[in-house]
Amino acid sequence: MQKYSIFNLVKNAFSNHENWDLAWKDPTPKEEYDVVIIGGGGHGLATAYYLAKEHNITNVAIIEKGWIGGGNVGRNTTIIRSNYMHDENGLFSEFGMDLWRKMSQDLNYNVMFSPRGIINLAHSDAQMNAYARRGNSMRLNGIDAVLLNREQVKEIIPMADFSENVRFPIFGGLMQPSAGTARHDAVAWGYARQADSMGVDIIQNCEVTGFDVSAGKIKGIRTSRGNIKAKKVGICVAGSTNILAEKLNMTLPIETHLLQACVSEPVKPVLDNVVTFGAGHFYVSQSDKGEMVMGGDLDGYNSYAQRGNLPTLQHVLTEGIAMMPFLSKLKMLRTWGGIMDMSMDGSPIIDKTHIDGLYLNCGWCYGGFKATPASGWTFAHTIAQDRVHELNAGYSLNRFNTGHLIDEKGLGTKTWIS
Amino acid sequence: MLHINCPHCGMRSQNEFSYGGDASVKRPELNKEVSDQDWDNFVYNRKSLRGKHLELWQHISGCRQWIKVERDTATHEIFRTFKADEEVA
Repeated sequence: MQKYSIFNLVKNAFSNHENWDLAWKDPTPKEEYDVVIIGGGGHGLATAYYLAKEHNITNVAIIEKGWIGGGNVGRNTTIIRSNYMHDENGLFSEFGMDLWRKMSQDLNYNVMFSPRGIINLAHSDAQMNAYARRGNSMRLNGIDAVLLNREQVKEIIPMADFSENVRFPIFGGLMQPSAGTARHDAVAWGYARQADSMGVDIIQNCEVTGFDVSAGKIKGIRTSRGNIKAKKVGICVAGSTNILAEKLNMTLPIETHLLQACVSEPVKPVLDNVVTFGAGHFYVSQSDKGEMVMGGDLDGYNSYAQRGNLPTLQHVLTEGIAMMPFLSKLKMLRTWGGIMDMSMDGSPIIDKTHIDGLYLNCGWCYGGFKATPASGWTFAHTIAQDRVHELNAGYSLNRFNTGHLIDEKGLGTKTWIS
Repeated sequence: MLHINCPHCGMRSQNEFSYGGDASVKRPELNKEVSDQDWDNFVYNRKSLRGKHLELWQHISGCRQWIKVERDTATHEIFRTFKADEEVA
């Protein structure tokens, strides 16, 4: 594989950049693989990469219905954080933060990781208390957390509405300074390029139509480009999880819902951090291009549409304008939607299944992007060793049966409860 | 914007309704032995169909009645609506 460096950039400039190698190949599927990963999103690509890198398993195929970077890895709001209260989520995400910090070097691909800090705003004394508790839990797990009072928040984000007579005055906030953003496309492309260079076959435009299971063991998959035998199969398909589960006669604690995001026209640098509204569900950051990147609630009803509906967008942006009034002056540039695998307790599932050799990675809800490296790393471990790692032991499928739910915010599919 | 034909009030905009999830889920019968798996299926497990989906909505800013709506989850086309106690064939 060609290394990306300043020297190679200069060298290729002399040939008008026409002689760069392809970042990844376009192979035809082989008859058999050791591991097949269904879903070429961020998590699937990361899984294949860590299978090759950490476990020396390179006879791997990624089966992608569309194209690399076309799903949720290209549709998110690029936020990276580990500001969770529960141990399962905190330790898992903080392990991921470490992978994020090393990612550009590790992948030889600039993912533009920008640890600019995230501030969750508080709008009542009770919320300040809750944030103090969460911050303490975070610090016990080695995650950085700073409780800010109103004046400290005002110093960092003076453009927020600090007037006295507002419905949701800002009391303060909880900040994780090491949180931030990264370029989402680069994450997908970086993982794809490295996985490909280690021998992983990335097979695009190939839809899985069925599974071959005999005597409780997975034997292979059926696809729109023929049958593929596999010793192990990992499902990593976000909003399409239920569609594949139906082919396996499985019913999962997952519903597919639509989540929208949008960007404004680009403006000069105004916001250095990621900021979330505490009296609803709205978050905003500013991209390197200057666009304000915003998102919030689900559309609220089961959807596979991959495009949003205006009432929810209006509701979310009303919260945004309440928090930062200047947003009302901006023109909207783009809006889009992605379909989320909403789990019933709001936390993910990375586990084995009742079928030998079949593994499941789903339930990422609002937070799939930031989990990309940790999800890939632990899913690769679970597949390679045929047992869960301690980092994803809490993300079991049967926790809904045993009652060990991880209700970080109690936010699953039922947005109307929050 | 979805337009939902409330069987009590007629065609109204989505803003007047709130969503209640899969209408095909049945609560296990009380006064009978209920297995953990039955409760699981009732509380957590969902088919989340792509295509025709029978679901509950409440006309919360209207007549406040719960209704059933048959809607396509991929195209958002609404085929039929029913009163909550109406049997869906």
